[in-house]
Amino acid sequence: MSAAVLLPLRVVERNIVSYRRTWVILVSAMFEPIFFLYGLGVGLGRLVGDLDWQGDMITYAQFVAPGLIATSAMNGAIFDMTFNFYFKLKENRTFEAMLASPLSIAHVLDGEMAWAMIRGGFYSVTFMGVMYAFGLIASWWALLIPLAALLVGLMFAALGSFGTTFARNWQDFDILFLITQPLFLLSTTFFALEVYPTWLRPVVQATPLYHGVDLIRDLARGTVDSSAFGHVAYMVIATVIARRLVNKRLGKLLLQ
Amino acid sequence: MASKPVIAKDLSKAFGDFVAVDGISFEIEPGESFAMLGPNGAGKSSTMRMVSTVSPRTSGELQVLGGDPLADGSAIRSRLGVVAQEDNLDAALTLRENLMVYARYFGIGWKQAGRKADELLEFARLADRAKAPVMSLSGGMKRRLTIARALVNEPDMVLLDEPTTGLDPQARHLLWERLYQLKERGVTLLLTTHYMDEAEQLADRLVIMDQGQIVAEGSPASLIAQHVTREVLEVRYPADSTVDFQTLGLRNEPLADRTLVYTDDGEGTLAKLITDGHTPTSSLVRRASLEDVFLALTGRTLVE
Ligand SMILES: Nc1ncnc2c1ncn2[C@@H]1O[C@H](COP(=O)(O)OP(=O)(O)OP(=O)(O)O)[C@@H](O)[C@H]1O
Ligand SMILES: [Mg+2]
Repeated sequence: MSAAVLLPLRVVERNIVSYRRTWVILVSAMFEPIFFLYGLGVGLGRLVGDLDWQGDMITYAQFVAPGLIATSAMNGAIFDMTFNFYFKLKENRTFEAMLASPLSIAHVLDGEMAWAMIRGGFYSVTFMGVMYAFGLIASWWALLIPLAALLVGLMFAALGSFGTTFARNWQDFDILFLITQPLFLLSTTFFALEVYPTWLRPVVQATPLYHGVDLIRDLARGTVDSSAFGHVAYMVIATVIARRLVNKRLGKLLLQ
Repeated sequence: MASKPVIAKDLSKAFGDFVAVDGISFEIEPGESFAMLGPNGAGKSSTMRMVSTVSPRTSGELQVLGGDPLADGSAIRSRLGVVAQEDNLDAALTLRENLMVYARYFGIGWKQAGRKADELLEFARLADRAKAPVMSLSGGMKRRLTIARALVNEPDMVLLDEPTTGLDPQARHLLWERLYQLKERGVTLLLTTHYMDEAEQLADRLVIMDQGQIVAEGSPASLIAQHVTREVLEVRYPADSTVDFQTLGLRNEPLADRTLVYTDDGEGTLAKLITDGHTPTSSLVRRASLEDVFLALTGRTLVE
């Protein structure tokens, strides 16, 4: 294997070792989307009733569950690439120590992104199991959901770490989450795009999470069409650009 | 190893308009232990960071272990051990995990990494703490672990930025002993320090830096011989005294609380001062040290 793959894997290993003792934290986050699904799907679902998804009448649980896959992939990645990333970058100088070894900035970043993606993907896959058990999956297309979730995780790993490179202290994360929370709510996780006023729809469609949610919902419902290419393209391009920018930022911060 | 581990020519580092390292040139021989001395802000760490390939030079030439730090960073670092001025141990890991994970960064297999970790914990006298979290260590223990970690890849050269700052005397001596062992094994050492005795103990050769420049270079003994006398007489007088050493023909350095008189015969000079009627309130005769060299060169003390 080439260094570009092998060296980032050592960063992943480091994270596995570090989480070995705190695996409870990892696993407990798995239950969050399940509680959401129960509360929203069953509770709110009773009030909302069935809704129309591309011609099919589906329950609210069927609607919201795919959205929760995308958000759990996002949250898994974001957590590692914000608080943990900041700790390693500024507080603990973990990256500085790594850079005294053969690892370079790109290796460190790729390793961290891969780890965040794996973590986000892990939540998505376990949640998919729950969805299957509750009969919320309607198509063989759903087999592609883990791949889509990994892409969502990777994109938010890149975007999250980009924001983090600008944080000057822990308080700055309040600002960061002030930006990400509305994204979460605006993403069609909870309401279909048609619910929003016409002028707001392009805004929703421009946000990163929307593309993950819509793609995964199409895969879960079997309503895949050409829009899937657009979603994948958006996420790949966003990931590549953000990763490049983070790479630059880290160079500026760490290699003075 | 034929080539010199470090060759620096007119090496400079600027941060914006501020020049931290101002055209320094030096070479280190294989197996040599080379020290950089200088007051706060002299540019020691900036130089170390350029050598450790994590800080691009602004101008000049630099070769480390036969490579260019800008082009061959990863390959150079694989043969380097680095102890930064501030500890950067992995707070999420235990002592043993710190060493093992770090060994993995160098591509050492897990099994070998485990063996190496145990060996180095022994070396740092921290074996009984192997499973403790790093955060539970005292400052000195952290420093020892950091130095142990720099050795996981059996480096050809170790860079140590103030390795013993903050250590108690016992830990310092332990560390000197360990560094001496490394030197015996043929490892090249590049270290910075504020402690004269440390440089005299460890360094074959050293440079004294001040404001980004090298102001003197040589072995500890040759620097002392070159810039100061064999002995130093320290004398204290009451504040209102008017002893004029200059007219007495004595080379001296007035400090805030005492005066240093450079002489080859401290006792003789003291006796002469007393017979001349300039009896000091207190006096001390000692061997000249690098501290005196620095003072003579810059007019300032090293540790303020
Ligand atoms: N990243 C940086 N940005 C701006 N200035 C810097 C930076 N790093 C160092 N400097 C400045 O460069 C000068 C030299 O710093 P350096 O850390 O090399 O000194 P030093 O000799 O190691 O001092 P000390 O004994 O205190 O460790 C200082 O004036 C410092 O403020
Ligand atoms: Mg320094």
